[in-house]
Amino acid sequence: MGDIVSSTVFEPWEDARAEPLIRFRNVTKRFGSFTAIDNLTLDIYEKEFFALLGPSGCGKTTMMRMLAGFEHPTEGSIELAGRDIANVPPNKRAVNMMFQSYALFPHLNIWDNIAFGLRRDKLPKLDLEARVEEMLKLTRLEKFATRKPHQISGGQRQRVALARSLAKAPKLLLLDEPLGALDKKLRQDTQFELMDIQEKTGTTFVIVTHDQEEAMTVASRVAVMDEGRLIQVATPDRIYENPESVYVADFIGDVNIIQGRTSAVGDDTYSIEWAEGQRQLNATSATSFDNGQTCHLAIRPEKVTITSDRPEDADNAVQGRVHDIAYLGNLSTYYVELPNGTIIKAQTANTRRISRRSFTWEDPVWLSWTATAGVLLAN
Amino acid sequence: MRRAVLIAIPYAWLLALFLVPFGIVLKISLSDTAIAIPPYVPTLDLAEGWTGFRTFLSELDFENFVWLTEDDLYWKAYLSSFKIALIATFFTLLVGYPMAYGMARAPQEWRPTLMMLVILPFWTSFLIRVYAWMGILSNEGFLNQILLWLGVISEPLTLLNTNKAVYIGIVYTYLPFMILPIYAALDRLDGSLIEAAEDLGCSRLQAFWLVTIPLSRPGIIAGSFLVFIPVLGEFVIPSLLGGSGTLMIGKVLWEEFFSNRDWPVASAVAVVLLLILVIPIVLFQRNQQKQAEAEQ
Repeated sequence: MGDIVSSTVFEPWEDARAEPLIRFRNVTKRFGSFTAIDNLTLDIYEKEFFALLGPSGCGKTTMMRMLAGFEHPTEGSIELAGRDIANVPPNKRAVNMMFQSYALFPHLNIWDNIAFGLRRDKLPKLDLEARVEEMLKLTRLEKFATRKPHQISGGQRQRVALARSLAKAPKLLLLDEPLGALDKKLRQDTQFELMDIQEKTGTTFVIVTHDQEEAMTVASRVAVMDEGRLIQVATPDRIYENPESVYVADFIGDVNIIQGRTSAVGDDTYSIEWAEGQRQLNATSATSFDNGQTCHLAIRPEKVTITSDRPEDADNAVQGRVHDIAYLGNLSTYYVELPNGTIIKAQTANTRRISRRSFTWEDPVWLSWTATAGVLLAN
Repeated sequence: MRRAVLIAIPYAWLLALFLVPFGIVLKISLSDTAIAIPPYVPTLDLAEGWTGFRTFLSELDFENFVWLTEDDLYWKAYLSSFKIALIATFFTLLVGYPMAYGMARAPQEWRPTLMMLVILPFWTSFLIRVYAWMGILSNEGFLNQILLWLGVISEPLTLLNTNKAVYIGIVYTYLPFMILPIYAALDRLDGSLIEAAEDLGCSRLQAFWLVTIPLSRPGIIAGSFLVFIPVLGEFVIPSLLGGSGTLMIGKVLWEEFFSNRDWPVASAVAVVLLLILVIPIVLFQRNQQKQAEAEQ
């Protein structure tokens, strides 16, 4: 029990001694002349809930299909628990997949669907029955055991697909857009259910999604992909607060991007020349920038404060006019137009009733934020 | 009113082209043979009115049906037809399933062409195609010549005028009826189901057996009935390709009508054949209905 001193926070990727469960080494996958995965290297650790996030066609589904064994890398290798799995067919891998369409067998009832994989293992009858019952209980489907897939709802089908893929206790469970077919409310509930089941079973989950909110909610780490490459791999909060590129900042959540040129002020503080006739902006950055280098200041709308008077002692303050208001119920996003035409979004919580809103269209307002609120990005 | 007219059209069609002819055949089957035109008695003479109708009815009897049970020929012919239809359907399935599977798995752009190739033979007369098989299967036919030339056989095979030729002819002729419904079922099959089966531990073959076959079952059943039902009463193929030993009820029927000129017995044979066919037709309809319900 040498781990007692280490923190209880689960982050094996920070531990140099930890052995990854899955290892992509310089994997390239081409379909004809199209490169789906471009020289990609990635480690995924045991018990992780890992999300592959990206727009459609970014290669995330190809990654998953390579893990399941339906596609083979053109170059490079994929290891599962230290073993190269290139030549292992799908039916011999300790990997199960939950399909986007759920792929439930329409001719079998729910019980037989869940038992399908166990029957292939020639499990003794009693063990098999016990395991199926356990899965039915885990996914709260006991009542539907004798129904056929077309006789249950979408959310229930989703749970059957999950139960079926978990029944064989795989080392790795792959989830291909598992919640895509569910409506928003059900999706949110199911996200928590998924996390709960992942924790209970201790299985490593790799989820493919194009929904950034879903990835942020469920995953321990998120890999943002584009055009077959990993753009950034980090925990959800780091992806959100410390994006490494404009692409990631823009893909995850709402963001203002202000382009300018840096000049160093202190050790890691910079002032940014960004528009003629506007005061320079101040920002801190851990990465260093040369004087006169092009930079992008990424700042989240909720970190921009909107006031009617000029705020005292603010690091950054600009004046503008309310161009538009997006009312989201709990939040309002103000689109403020600066004199040079730039639009900056500021978000505030609607703590008052809408009739008592402080600002309305065409009001002159001040926007302000601290030097540490934004992230300075080179590209 | 418009609805009633719309419904009336198919019923009128059924009445005029099925029920009325069937009534006539049924009536003839209850008559007695006679040397006359038409070759049976009694005939209904409406001029004599009600009494004429009563004497007409009293002269009808089930003698011909009783006769069918007394002569071995008929039940043997029914049984032999049933056996030949069953075996032929099995072979058609055996040949047709891989073809349908191949079509469903072919690249999308190839499928219309393959479909075309399946349907193409229909554009030539059925009779000409059966005659062509006589040319292929006869002792001096193409098949024997090729096999002799290849050295596979040293003596020509006797195929024509045997049951083998009948099976070949039936399989060839009815293949499209088997392929099309199976293809339709396989085409609808979601490819991810096969992947799911493999993912859950099935080999390719197991996945085929446990997923593909059960899910194409409605197509297999529909195709089998579409072949079995017409083959049971088939006449052209056994009379052209079959020999004297080929006993099929269609042939017996033809001989009763045209060689014996015994219309009443021939009609009785036809009525019994129809009653026998009602069973598989009902089963076929039930299968189609079940499939339609499953798709909703």
